[in-house]
Amino acid sequence: MRIDPNKCVACGNCTYVCPMGAIYIDPVIKRATVDRDECVECYSCYNGLSQEHLNPTVVRTMRKVFQTLRLRFDPEPDVCPTAAFAPEDLTWPRIVRRAFSDPRVPHESTGVEGRGTEEVKTNDVTGRVLVGEVGFTIEFGRPGVGVRFRDIDKMTRRLAQAGILFEKKNPITTLLKNQESGEIRDDILDEKIMSAIVEIKVPLARTEEVIRLVHQVEKEVDTVVVLGVGVRCDEQGEDSIVLPLLEKLGYHPQRAKTNTGLGRITNASAAAPAKPEPVGAGRS
Amino acid sequence: MTNTLHRFGNAESFRDDFIVFAIASRGKNDEGALEKQRQFLKMAIPFGPVNLGDARNGGCLRPSKAMNPTNHWNRDVTPDFEAVVNGLQNITTVAAVFDNRLKAEQFLQAVRKVDLGLSINISTSIEGAEQCCHAAGIPRHSVGYSLGFEGKVEKLPNTQVLSLMTMCGHGMVAQSLAKKMIDWVKEGRRTPQQAATYMQRFCSCGVFNPARAVRILEDARHRST
Repeated sequence: MRIDPNKCVACGNCTYVCPMGAIYIDPVIKRATVDRDECVECYSCYNGLSQEHLNPTVVRTMRKVFQTLRLRFDPEPDVCPTAAFAPEDLTWPRIVRRAFSDPRVPHESTGVEGRGTEEVKTNDVTGRVLVGEVGFTIEFGRPGVGVRFRDIDKMTRRLAQAGILFEKKNPITTLLKNQESGEIRDDILDEKIMSAIVEIKVPLARTEEVIRLVHQVEKEVDTVVVLGVGVRCDEQGEDSIVLPLLEKLGYHPQRAKTNTGLGRITNASAAAPAKPEPVGAGRS
Repeated sequence: MTNTLHRFGNAESFRDDFIVFAIASRGKNDEGALEKQRQFLKMAIPFGPVNLGDARNGGCLRPSKAMNPTNHWNRDVTPDFEAVVNGLQNITTVAAVFDNRLKAEQFLQAVRKVDLGLSINISTSIEGAEQCCHAAGIPRHSVGYSLGFEGKVEKLPNTQVLSLMTMCGHGMVAQSLAKKMIDWVKEGRRTPQQAATYMQRFCSCGVFNPARAVRILEDARHRST
């Protein structure tokens, strides 16, 4: 993203709406400027701010008059008065920033917007996590901190070393050199993104091991991490195994996303999910 | 997308936060899903949602690309639910946000009756979702728990800012905007309702809960933590 200096009037509204804090008023040119290294191409500024199309010269003159008279104009805080934002044509590798930051852009690998993952939200249809298994979503950068792929690479390598496989229908998995090493491709390691989710699945018996491993690697990364734990309930709709286990480990989950089981396969060409593909049952 | 899973707060703070959403899985039940998702959104309106949205186009309050300057004094903040329904052009995730459990329960019961075949999820406190499912006579199929934020948590803002900004899990509500809105409410420059609508427009999938935001902003007016 760039800001057209010929249009910008340095009102400062955009400096507050950037989730990464990457926009500032450059004291030399007196215009809003994007720190390209920190910008994750989320388009929050471009998509979230309403736009007026006022004449920049007129607005600058008015602002100078108001400043001279020590008057404060109190405009709406979510408006760019001169529509100064100019999206760029992004190329590789910078384009991965937008893919993992702008939630309106579906991930090509999964066709899902946002972070590009389905998790247990469609478990009633996909059978991704079965009874006796636990699905994990390990998310980096959320909320409002951001992450570089170099930090995600630390986690994926350690998970791979532990013999854990990655969910194939996941955007991060598509960026791995291979499942065995867990290495993320070199050319994107320094790219910064809003957030990304690593998805794995293990047998119930490995739940504690995974949580401890993730907790250990968290100390080595320069961002926040949030763990989601997905389980298949029993016939009565109860989870009498995993939640007590999490509590035993010192977690007291407050919030959950609950799949009601109302989904079903309706595509004429789709087969029933009798034997779902094992996505991360582990090699060891 | 775990957009609504990691909202910050305890179970009590989710008493006015119930998100019911419908999602299709590619290759499994996406044929004809667009019309079903439109039906889902239409069905939600009579139950009184506080927001309605789709993951590509946003919620019931959206930014304007050609705002009239006079709008600084008379901005329309009426939720436009019909625009959300009519604006749905692609299969995506669609969501209805409710500020009390009864509405969410009744909506879930109605969705169950029409049997859309889409995956229907509820995001709220664990107990709240259990109660909704029980009232609708639905045994839960699967649950995704949030274990909370870890790692470099010193990079996170205070709890009030965190509560507001995590209502857009994709991170489109910046912490500096949430902080600014709290400050403006404290200064009396804007009402909590006005401040909530500014943040709501940045949430690009329509799951921001303005009713919960107003409550948090009212609370923040008197406390700073």
